[in-house]
Amino acid sequence: MAKNNSKSAKAKSAVKSTLQFNTSWSYAPAPESADHVKLQSSYDLFIDGKFTAPAKGKYFDTLNPATEKKLASVAEATTEDVDLAVQSARRAYDKVWSKMPAKERGKYIFRIARILQERAREFSVLESMDGGKPIRESRTIDIPLAAAHFFYYAGWADKLEYAVAGNRPVRALGVAGQIIPWNFPLLMAAWKIAPALAAGNTVVLKPAETTPLTALKLAEIFQQADLPPGVVNIVTGAGATGAAIVQHPGIDKIAFTGSTDIGKGIQKALVGRDTKLTLELGGKSANIIFEDAALDQAVEGIINGIYFNQGHVCCAGSRLFVQESVAGMLIRKLQDRMQTLIVGDPLDKNTDIGAINSRPQLEKIEEYLKIGVKEGAELFQTKCEIPKKGFWVRPTLFTNVAQSHRISQEEIFGPVLTMQTFRTVEEVVEKANNTPYGLAAGVWTDKGSKVFSVSSQLRAGVVWANTYNKFDPTAPFGGYKESGKGREGGLHGLLPYLEVA
Amino acid sequence: MFLASPSIDQTGVEERVQRLNTRSIKKNSKMDALKLAMSMLDLTTLDAKDTEGKVRQLCRKAIRPHDSFDDVPSVAAVCVYPNFIAIAKDALKGTDIKVAAVATAFPTGMSSLEFKLKETRWAVAQGADEIDMVISRGKFLAGDYKYVVREIEQVKEACGPAHLKVILETGELSTLDNVRRASDLAMDAGADFIKTSTGKIQPAATLPVTLVMLEAIRDFYYRTGKKIGMKPAGGIATAKLALQYLVMVRETLGEDWLNADMFRFGASTLANDILRQIAKEKSGVYQSYDYFTKD
Amino acid sequence: MSDKIKKFEDKAREKSEAELSQKRLGVMKTYKLYVDGKFPRTESGRYYELKNSEGAILANVCLSSRKDFRDAQTAARAATTKWAKASPYNRGQILYRMAEMLEGRSAQFVEELTSEGLTASEARSEVEQSIDRLIYYAGWSDKYQQVFSAVNPVASSHFNFSMLEPTGVVSLIAPEETGLLGLISMIAPAIVGGNTVVVLASYSKPLGAITFSEVLATSDLPAGVVNILTGTRAELISHMTSHMDVNAISYAGSEEKELKPLQENAALNVKRVSLWKNEMDWSSEESQSPYRILELQETKTTWHPVGI
Repeated sequence: MAKNNSKSAKAKSAVKSTLQFNTSWSYAPAPESADHVKLQSSYDLFIDGKFTAPAKGKYFDTLNPATEKKLASVAEATTEDVDLAVQSARRAYDKVWSKMPAKERGKYIFRIARILQERAREFSVLESMDGGKPIRESRTIDIPLAAAHFFYYAGWADKLEYAVAGNRPVRALGVAGQIIPWNFPLLMAAWKIAPALAAGNTVVLKPAETTPLTALKLAEIFQQADLPPGVVNIVTGAGATGAAIVQHPGIDKIAFTGSTDIGKGIQKALVGRDTKLTLELGGKSANIIFEDAALDQAVEGIINGIYFNQGHVCCAGSRLFVQESVAGMLIRKLQDRMQTLIVGDPLDKNTDIGAINSRPQLEKIEEYLKIGVKEGAELFQTKCEIPKKGFWVRPTLFTNVAQSHRISQEEIFGPVLTMQTFRTVEEVVEKANNTPYGLAAGVWTDKGSKVFSVSSQLRAGVVWANTYNKFDPTAPFGGYKESGKGREGGLHGLLPYLEVA
Repeated sequence: MFLASPSIDQTGVEERVQRLNTRSIKKNSKMDALKLAMSMLDLTTLDAKDTEGKVRQLCRKAIRPHDSFDDVPSVAAVCVYPNFIAIAKDALKGTDIKVAAVATAFPTGMSSLEFKLKETRWAVAQGADEIDMVISRGKFLAGDYKYVVREIEQVKEACGPAHLKVILETGELSTLDNVRRASDLAMDAGADFIKTSTGKIQPAATLPVTLVMLEAIRDFYYRTGKKIGMKPAGGIATAKLALQYLVMVRETLGEDWLNADMFRFGASTLANDILRQIAKEKSGVYQSYDYFTKD
Repeated sequence: MSDKIKKFEDKAREKSEAELSQKRLGVMKTYKLYVDGKFPRTESGRYYELKNSEGAILANVCLSSRKDFRDAQTAARAATTKWAKASPYNRGQILYRMAEMLEGRSAQFVEELTSEGLTASEARSEVEQSIDRLIYYAGWSDKYQQVFSAVNPVASSHFNFSMLEPTGVVSLIAPEETGLLGLISMIAPAIVGGNTVVVLASYSKPLGAITFSEVLATSDLPAGVVNILTGTRAELISHMTSHMDVNAISYAGSEEKELKPLQENAALNVKRVSLWKNEMDWSSEESQSPYRILELQETKTTWHPVGI
């Protein structure tokens, strides 16, 4: 009895021994200056190498989601504008781009990569202003990686025959229509444009309506690099503009990154047409922690998997699976680590989690938080301060989650993690695969053979072992099942833009 | 015996360090951190050519690091060889500054247990407040953990009231897995502090090694509720690097470790770089080392 | 006496002397070796006179010795670990940077190649092709691995893959007939694959090679990755090919009296040999190929169990 008492007293004191991260010494604000960014009050469409007013004369606003203030007005492209852009791309393809020696084509793309490296600071700041992502990420990931993509594909331009089996002759498709999302505005533009150009195609690109500015700045780089007019055209607008690209008969190839619903719509719209299609769609990726994993590094991988870019990541490790024997310890470590995350001004160098990209997205995430609580999951959010203006969500962890809960089935696209426990490999593989999605997965174990065994059983296009959310121009990326088709990046990312004889 | 230590993934540790290093410390946050770092210093001289004069000068620097900056705190301790303990005690009379002495056949530890215990007792009798011992790396690498634990336990006993810092000499342990295992067994054996290095072996303290040790301290705290201190030593020569260590402590262990009772820097030249940075913050212009006394 | 004085009373000469006394003297360039990121003279202190077609001396060029090669080999060996570990992306950036530096200094190269006997347009064309060749191999830096490596579908429960690693230190004997394009065509595939090289430049056209070392020195290329010697084949080839701490030979030429001993020396420690024959048209795109990278690579196959 007495022994029991002392044991429970000991257990209690262990619970009390919590770490205190609200420290007396902390970081002063360290905002990155925005002086370096030259913004116009209004942006036109980039067609045929020139900025061109939209046919209907309509413009829409793009906001800074951290302040809700307007950054600029941006032209809304209608069917007429899209038609003009496609014609310009076709002409550039026929007259210049397809006739140019491949190595010269490559040198243009090298130039773009270099100028982007030179102007990286300006692009990073603007990306954070327009999209809400922390400057730490735009500066160390988005912009350098975008430049690296141009650099990588530039080198392929005169080596295409080596990209296909048997060194067979290859040719470009023609005009590619590309529609990209708001979570990695410039990086997605690079993922799309670089392989298309290297393979010899010309491009009509539509950035997302909430984040068009870095793509339009990229157009300035195309001018600076003397890229021939029409090789890349950028048309801004919302869903209707995208639909106009998809429906245009002069388009030989559609590449879309965005939600699974719209992706399905595009695939249907292209039925009966000879248009190639790649889709990068949604995900609900499993991040699996085995008991033998290096737990502290796994915690870091979980954080990076779900809180990177406010969780606006299609391959986010949003479903956490932890082996029961380490679940208690892992939750404790994870929650302590979450307490050190700083939410706020995207331009502050110390910010870990920036602003939610838009009000509708904020509302969607908040709705899911309510659903999760209603479904009976246990909600944990950190106590960090958040600004009054702007769109914010604190880092969130749901424990006590069931496979049947909506929050563990549906893509939330925010800093919201659900955690489930498991006992055996068979069980976790079954649960991880039990979803219409199949974009990515994480596996954490100290045992190499388990990495390959589990990885081979997972129905996902990317499996990260003892790491998460790693991207490289040389590595193909894309989904199984309803997460998309085709791959972007690497050698495989060239094939969707090529026809092999 | 201690619990099985978890495995450590080197790549993951290095990425975490890289991320911590992106923290930007500016303005008053920087000034506060510089003073905090100064207060955590174990101002060290461990040269075979040390003399009484050298030790006395060092002690004066420890008490008042800069002649005109009244707001700069004294350092936490002075770290010397055992034969200078009495001199240091005398020179530091009337202050809160501790005297730390290296013992146990520092820096190699290549002697008998009897000798090490005798040396420890003698150092404590001379007035040492803190004993910095070295573990037997050869025994550790040969897998004789029992020996290493037993040795630490006995030195701890010999320390009596003095605090025991256990030097792992991580530069000789080769892997982060070994660093973690050595940290765990030192804490289980009764260390009050765990310390990276003697300063005589390269590499000495590094950020990845320190992160692994801080995480071991955290897990020990989770498990037992006991707070063990941390001392990176050797190779920390710049204020900028010292601030990176403070960021790491802040985000791994938090408030309770951000003080000289729980965290120390073992360094000899760091003090002047901290002063240089403080002077720069005060005056707005970058400083030359010529304006700061060597000892 | 007065006759003697009269002898110097010459108006034209006086004028030229007046000019001479006021003229700014140009600084002549000293052509040295490039070893371990520095520009030493040959330890032997010897030189040879490089003359143009009119017989005027263009430069006193270092006549490297066996010891110079030994020093260069030491530097190349020391540089292997770091260079082989550099990321392919980084190696690509550095090769691209070399191309940028070469482009920026193209006028100097054109001038040197012209002084060695090319017409201005031939020289310009050689420099431009050299720049493009660097770009070509810069592009291969992060691609040859994807083209040549493999995942092997072995029958047992193992994950099995083969990938390339650099072979190590390469002795590189550059072609005699072209000063720049051939040299770059041989160096680029060797170093883009992570090898380090000791180069013997063309004896009759060494200026481009020496000036190219200035491009290397300003391109973030680590010291020791490329080392450039000038001198005679007759003196150096046997040392370059027999050294037991050299892993491969890249040789341009078809001279039987060089080739046979070279092949025999290669056999001393199974050096890989990459041959570039005399009939090679350096300006053709056929002289560039990823297989040139492959010739200086080792293939490593790794087996790893798959299980739980």
